[in-house]
Amino acid sequence: MKLEVLGTGCAKCKSLLENVKKAVELSGKEAEISKVEDIPSIMKYGVMSTPALVKDGKVLFSGKLATPEEIAGML
Amino acid sequence: MLKQFADYLTFTLIGLQPGSHLGEALDFFIYDTIKIFLLLTTIIFVVAIIRSSFPPERTKRILSHNREYVGNVMAALLGIVTPFCSCSAVPLFIGFVESGVPLGVTFSFLISSPMVNEVALIMLWGMFGWKIALIYIGTGLLVAIVAGIVIGRLKMEKHVQDYVWEMQVGQQEIEELTFRDKLVYARDYTRDLLKKIWPYVVIGVGLGAFIHGYVPQDFLARWAGRDNPFAVPIAVALGVPLYSNAAGVIPIVSALTQKGMAIGTVLAFMMAVTALSLPEAIILSNVLKRRLLVTFFGIVAAAIVAVGYLFNIIL
Repeated sequence: MKLEVLGTGCAKCKSLLENVKKAVELSGKEAEISKVEDIPSIMKYGVMSTPALVKDGKVLFSGKLATPEEIAGML
Repeated sequence: MLKQFADYLTFTLIGLQPGSHLGEALDFFIYDTIKIFLLLTTIIFVVAIIRSSFPPERTKRILSHNREYVGNVMAALLGIVTPFCSCSAVPLFIGFVESGVPLGVTFSFLISSPMVNEVALIMLWGMFGWKIALIYIGTGLLVAIVAGIVIGRLKMEKHVQDYVWEMQVGQQEIEELTFRDKLVYARDYTRDLLKKIWPYVVIGVGLGAFIHGYVPQDFLARWAGRDNPFAVPIAVALGVPLYSNAAGVIPIVSALTQKGMAIGTVLAFMMAVTALSLPEAIILSNVLKRRLLVTFFGIVAAAIVAVGYLFNIIL
């Protein structure tokens, strides 16, 4: 599965990236994690509040910092 | 009741003299800190529940159906309840204009959202009373509506960065939250916000308490009183670099009004702190060309200065 953290570089976006990494460890699944920072790519997903998490091209949530446990539940 | 508790703690338990500098400052500090944190916790929680029903995606949809005037009023009102963080200003701006929200309406939202928010409201209510808090909301909305209409009238669409108009924006489905989800959202939101602003509140109230106890009465009347015509523009200029400290600024200006600073000057200062910030300008320069950015700041600053003068005359 492919996970993308969308965010323009605010503190919350960095924390979300950390939480996603932890969540993947928790769930024990294989995932390729990347951070998307350029505006055009973020807008392609229609996300208006960052940070957001995208799984295989589908937006899971936007505008909040989810905990590793919450994220693991969504994977 | 809180007042009695603060008095008891300061004058009976600690044993300071009523009327002494230190006693008055500490009494003021204990009373205000408890009061402000009680207000902050309850009101942020209630506002967060309302907010959870207005994600930016829904606000955008509502606004894209409205044209000038009605749209500006709606945008300013929605600015109060839509969650906004200046780090999201760019995607928000692009999402709005791409879905057909007029430029002036988008600006009404961008002005009102950071300025007319629950933290400013609570702090004003706690430190100045509900009348000043309501006046602040009313005039804040008015500034957002008028400035948005003026910017819309100037037809400055070509001064938006070109790539904004060429961008492909996807549609995102928004799920309706259950009431339980909303409570969780509100709890987390309140906790995060309190975590972020508590140091500013404590430092602000602390400095305010110091001024209350130690600075002589009418100390500021000569420079920042209503008779000095330069006080308002200077207050607005000082407010620009003070962005994130809004929560800490109000207790200080509240103490300053007791020492003779005019209330219109205080309101103008407050609005400048929240609506005109240097970091936001830098973020917005990603989507606005310089001319539009300068126009935006100029119009909002002028509107705020006008509000300051108006209240120095009538209050």
